[in-house]
Amino acid sequence: QQAYGCDKRPVVRADPAEARPLTSNPLHAIEDIVTLIQDETDGVPIRTVKSFMTKIPSVVTGTDIVQWLMKNLSIDDPAEAMHVGSLIAAQGYFFPISDHVLSLKDDGTFYRFQAPYFWPSNRWEPENTDYAIYLCKRTMQNKTRLELADYEAENLARLQRAFARKWEFIYMQAEAQVKIDRKKDKTERKILDSQERAFWDVHRPVPGCVNTTEMDIRKCRRMKNPHRVKKSVYGLAEEATQSQSPVHTPLQLCRKGTKEDVKKEILFLNTQLDRHCMKMSKVSESLISYTEQYMDYDPFVTGQEPPNPWTSDDPSLWDLETSKEPGLQRVKKWGFSLEEALKDSAGQELFLKFLESEFSSENLRFWLAVQGLKRMPQQEVAQRAQDIWAEFLAEGAPSSINLDSHSYERTNQNLKDPGRYSYEDAQDHIYKLMKSDSYARFLRSNVYQDLLRKKVNGKSLASKRLTGLMQSS
Amino acid sequence: NLMTDESPRVPEMATQEVQPNETLTHLKTESDTLKTKLEEERAKLHDVELHQVAEKVDGLGQFIMKTRRTLKGHGNKVLCMDWCKDKRRIVSSSQDGKVIVWDAFTTNKEHAVTMPCTWVMACAYAPSGCAVACGGLDNKCSVYPLSLDKNENLAAKKKSVAMHTNYLSACSFTNSDMQILTSSGDGTCALWDVESGQLLQSFHGHAADVLCLDLAPSETGNTFVSGGCDKKANVWDMRSGQCIQSFETHESDINSVRYYPSGDAFASGSDDATCRLYDLRADREVAIYSKESIIFGVSSVDFSLSGRLLFGGYNDYTINVWDVLKGTRVSILFGHENRVSTLRVSPDGTAFCTGSWDHTLRV
Repeated sequence: QQAYGCDKRPVVRADPAEARPLTSNPLHAIEDIVTLIQDETDGVPIRTVKSFMTKIPSVVTGTDIVQWLMKNLSIDDPAEAMHVGSLIAAQGYFFPISDHVLSLKDDGTFYRFQAPYFWPSNRWEPENTDYAIYLCKRTMQNKTRLELADYEAENLARLQRAFARKWEFIYMQAEAQVKIDRKKDKTERKILDSQERAFWDVHRPVPGCVNTTEMDIRKCRRMKNPHRVKKSVYGLAEEATQSQSPVHTPLQLCRKGTKEDVKKEILFLNTQLDRHCMKMSKVSESLISYTEQYMDYDPFVTGQEPPNPWTSDDPSLWDLETSKEPGLQRVKKWGFSLEEALKDSAGQELFLKFLESEFSSENLRFWLAVQGLKRMPQQEVAQRAQDIWAEFLAEGAPSSINLDSHSYERTNQNLKDPGRYSYEDAQDHIYKLMKSDSYARFLRSNVYQDLLRKKVNGKSLASKRLTGLMQSS
Repeated sequence: NLMTDESPRVPEMATQEVQPNETLTHLKTESDTLKTKLEEERAKLHDVELHQVAEKVDGLGQFIMKTRRTLKGHGNKVLCMDWCKDKRRIVSSSQDGKVIVWDAFTTNKEHAVTMPCTWVMACAYAPSGCAVACGGLDNKCSVYPLSLDKNENLAAKKKSVAMHTNYLSACSFTNSDMQILTSSGDGTCALWDVESGQLLQSFHGHAADVLCLDLAPSETGNTFVSGGCDKKANVWDMRSGQCIQSFETHESDINSVRYYPSGDAFASGSDDATCRLYDLRADREVAIYSKESIIFGVSSVDFSLSGRLLFGGYNDYTINVWDVLKGTRVSILFGHENRVSTLRVSPDGTAFCTGSWDHTLRV
């Protein structure tokens, strides 16, 4: 049973009771939306608009789409609805009838829906030959609405140079397309022409616009069509050579379970069954209390003194933190946990000083030495491990630490083949000792309490001075 | 080289007596039975939802988050970035093969390297601040020491550390300049010794490309989490190479994983357009962050310092900010003009940086 947050993923269906399943492909989600938005009952009204002497068939306004998105996707802010709508347009699912730039405006601008034939989920990767045919046939049609834009004219010129030798072929194909188009009904042609243009606006976008067909190369290999067979929009025979994706290695499918794999899985599952887990209520309380403790230190939640350098353009906060003089907040934090105290070099220093006064500093020094061991280059590890033994654990060691016999034996064994993890048990034991014993006393100690007091007084003195200044002026 | 059998210290699997009639089907039935049993056991602990317990927590006020710095200089999609421990410098990498080190506070470029391959998908700053690591389609992870001399050719000192058999998807130094953890399209993660290039440990278990990883924040911890195209998030023991916990609730590729600051939980972002929170002690998913209007995948996630906020960079060009405890969205940020591909909160939590396919980075 899955856990759900407050915002459940709900419904974009006629039947509100039916939740939309989470999808792994945004195009499928978009197609659900686009299908529903054209629905006769639940969608936007698609109509023919009379304009001057012509009719504009099959359009909706930008506002209609924005309103519908807000209602059906539970969006409060029209700006957000415009953003989502613009993305859907940029992917090629609907388009402004009078603009190459695919974005959604919250006004009376007219939009039309794209034909499923041209949907991106069909994995189009149209060749330049198709694009050349398209631009070429546009020049054959003497209608104002079909005039080439500047960038299109430039593209056509470039293609003419690139395909100089097969231009006759392209021209013939363009003529053939024009013939086919002429046979269609006038209204149908208006619609189809605009849909075709919108298709090319996706695959050959206006310079400066995002090309939404660009892919994340890591995901290319596992696409449905890994060889990206290039089918022609205009029904030309497929290209003889298929271009290979640069990252194409033999398609590595999810490894099927071999016997070894399943055996491993069984072992793993058994280990998980033996695991002692916490109840959700306890885990929730723990997460909440940790977060609440640190919220005062979280610059995104609580303002800081000195102020955030990024907003104030003043790096004083950073200068203060690198200084050896920790502020009150930092000193307070050392009281949260041993981990916090050790993370901060000033905290670590103070804790060491305290331990020295108790003649037990060898514990912390051992812990620090093992941390250092783990950070060394591989080559130096074995020697360092031996050095640590000599310093802390050998008979007559100068900084002898107290280990339980079990950890001692294991560590001794590990040292026969010394590695960076030879002291894990020992380090763990010593850490627990410090945490339960020395750390608690440290927090009650004079060194720590005096420092805290000093910082608190320093702060209230500063604020008294400030108040004093204000009163006197 | 992962192909040669040099995996050190991987513990021997408990060998069982192989029964002659132990067919694959028989084993699979056993595995399925165990899975059902495990689900039942976990369900017993599912007494309440996180957001229900969090009802008592004060709500967050309105947020005004703005772009404070815009870093321009990459000639193509920005794919990855990482912060320096000094809280102001960053390293970023791009599809055009360039890796740039910036002082994000002043927006000055301090170093630039051109990699011999395109699609540099991973980059990381060394803890000392003296080196950066990067890689991508070259299947390698290389380390470049940063010279104080701006005129010095960084490429000359390049050190090749990791070698995978497919693209490098992510890399991270451990808490020292001496070790690097990598993940790859070859389905594995690996730990390397920087000085010698030696493979210290490899991590097998994902059934497809591994896309992301994050090291546990603990000073004493030796674990990390990885996410992959097999929809799984795995938690690994760095010492043994074993997978110690596994989570599979996403519906698609996991593009990003990041630990909650205490190390007891981690968040993930996926192509299924959701972010999720998994708790290691409960061994389950404990929250899902999604909205009907969010239909594009999440590319990267990170927490604010206290863990109260989760920032998600999305393929719909936006950043959504989530209240981790209550499960609601607190803010949506516009600004980038193409996919947000990478997002990291700065080491002191004062800002977060995003990189985008629009060629820019924003703080």
